[in-house]
Amino acid sequence: MTQYTLKQASEMLQTKQISATELAQEYLTAIDERNPAINGYITLDKNLTLAEAQAADARIASGNATALTGVPIAYKDIFCQQGWRSACSSKMLDNFVSPYTATVVQNLLNEGMVTLGRTNMDEFAMGSTNETSFYGATKNPWNTENVPGGSSGGSAAVIAARLAPAALGSDTGGSIRQPASHCGITGIKPTYGIVSRFGMVAYASSFDQAGPMAQTAEDCAILLNAMASFDERDSTSLERSKEDYTRDLNQPLKGLKVGLPKEYFGEGMSADVQKTVQTAIDLLKAQGAEMVEVSLPQTELSIPAYYVLASAEASTNLSRYDGVRYGHRAARFGDLEEMYSNTRAEGFGSEVKRRIMIGTYVLSHGYYDAYYLKAQKLRRLVANDFQSALQQCDIILAPTAPTAAPKLGSDINDPVHMYLSDIYTIAVNLAGLPAMTLPAGFSSDGLPIGVQLIGNYFAEAKILGVAHQMQLNSDWHSKQPTR
Amino acid sequence: MALTLSDVEKIAKLSRLSLTEEEKQQNLQELNDIFALVEKMQTVDTDGIEPMAHPHEAALRLREDRVTETDHAAEYQAVAPEVRNRLYIVPQVIEE
Repeated sequence: MTQYTLKQASEMLQTKQISATELAQEYLTAIDERNPAINGYITLDKNLTLAEAQAADARIASGNATALTGVPIAYKDIFCQQGWRSACSSKMLDNFVSPYTATVVQNLLNEGMVTLGRTNMDEFAMGSTNETSFYGATKNPWNTENVPGGSSGGSAAVIAARLAPAALGSDTGGSIRQPASHCGITGIKPTYGIVSRFGMVAYASSFDQAGPMAQTAEDCAILLNAMASFDERDSTSLERSKEDYTRDLNQPLKGLKVGLPKEYFGEGMSADVQKTVQTAIDLLKAQGAEMVEVSLPQTELSIPAYYVLASAEASTNLSRYDGVRYGHRAARFGDLEEMYSNTRAEGFGSEVKRRIMIGTYVLSHGYYDAYYLKAQKLRRLVANDFQSALQQCDIILAPTAPTAAPKLGSDINDPVHMYLSDIYTIAVNLAGLPAMTLPAGFSSDGLPIGVQLIGNYFAEAKILGVAHQMQLNSDWHSKQPTR
Repeated sequence: MALTLSDVEKIAKLSRLSLTEEEKQQNLQELNDIFALVEKMQTVDTDGIEPMAHPHEAALRLREDRVTETDHAAEYQAVAPEVRNRLYIVPQVIEE
């Protein structure tokens, strides 16, 4: 019974076909039944959920509701939410019940959205498969032997399994777009700075950006309208006037110039992904769009540049986890130094430790110029590449990931191979551009595959509009796994 | 350039991470694989390129120097491992 898109759920609530409490209860029942197989939710609190739903019903009865009042949503465990365990899927924060709420969550609570629970993720958002979570891997609802992608894999999986109509994710190097591709859902990483990062646990501060995940582009646009806001508590938040991200949904695609970056179509892409991207190209052409070849020459080097910069930022951000003010503290230690080292050794998993060590090394005396500064210079070249390409086209179409979802366990012991799987998503984060994934086909063994649309700064409405037109003329986004 | 075991030990110490012997060996191998990838950056000439620290290169916003937050010590310390008299308790660092 929980097949609804966010828009359908909203319409049912507004026309009083269902109450917010009944809707939340329907989802909670479905979660009880089907979540154990996928491990998409890691924290549930029925009392908190139903209290929010009852408040939404009271608001609807008072005539003071918005289109989102009473609509259920799930939050990636990276967003702090008062009264909820906000653990970032880490042992370090396993006992952390947040005393405050992230601005982006507060924006949705202000609309009256109902929290269904908190979704599984790679620990501190570090990973591309959702296998580094302290709470165990999330399984892909299309095939539970496969990963859902990372790091917002829990959010993607619960939408694919129809255990939430929408969810929030965060994208540092592709963490909304890649799991959206692997799970057959739609998700957008907005321009860096338009959604507040206050209360979102920091991994790599100059990259991290929250975004909506849902079944359709239209749902993502509706959610982004409520999410985006200037926030004086986030020093990287951009002061911009309010935009309507649904405004281009009905724009026809005739005359749209779509750039195809030649570096994204070389070796490494599976035949299934190649076929899927071609299908998307054909769909756009059929609606009057024109394809142009563009070039993003630094694509391959964006991976090392990203891992140097993101790890450097991670090593500084994660220095706060020392066992003093919150989170895990080791039981055994001698002096203060040993308390820090033992706490951090016990609290962090291996991928987090690895990135802290990479970051510590590249920032250390004697290596800073060769690695950190060099990577920052490459970051500028990558951003310049996009600006050149986007002068020749309106948007860029690209694959999201080189393959469909891999098998569980196939990448976890090979970090370099896992890092390379982010080749089509990472450059966008270096530049801070908006980009999204929408479903566009299936692999030969029945796993969903998404394609990526990349726009210039603040072009969210445009790319959401293109995706919506593609979804009006296709049905991949409405497919769902059989149970 | 290849890291040695003593490099890994030094990095772990700077990172405030206690590693087991097995973890040191594993990290040695994985960090060397990752730095082999990182070394590819050196193939690009970046002379004269301005480093880019932030996507919008916005200047850090400043606010007026006035109190905007009330006292949340009790809420924030409720999740602390050990507190006494509004102070966080850590092992003694100064000799008596």
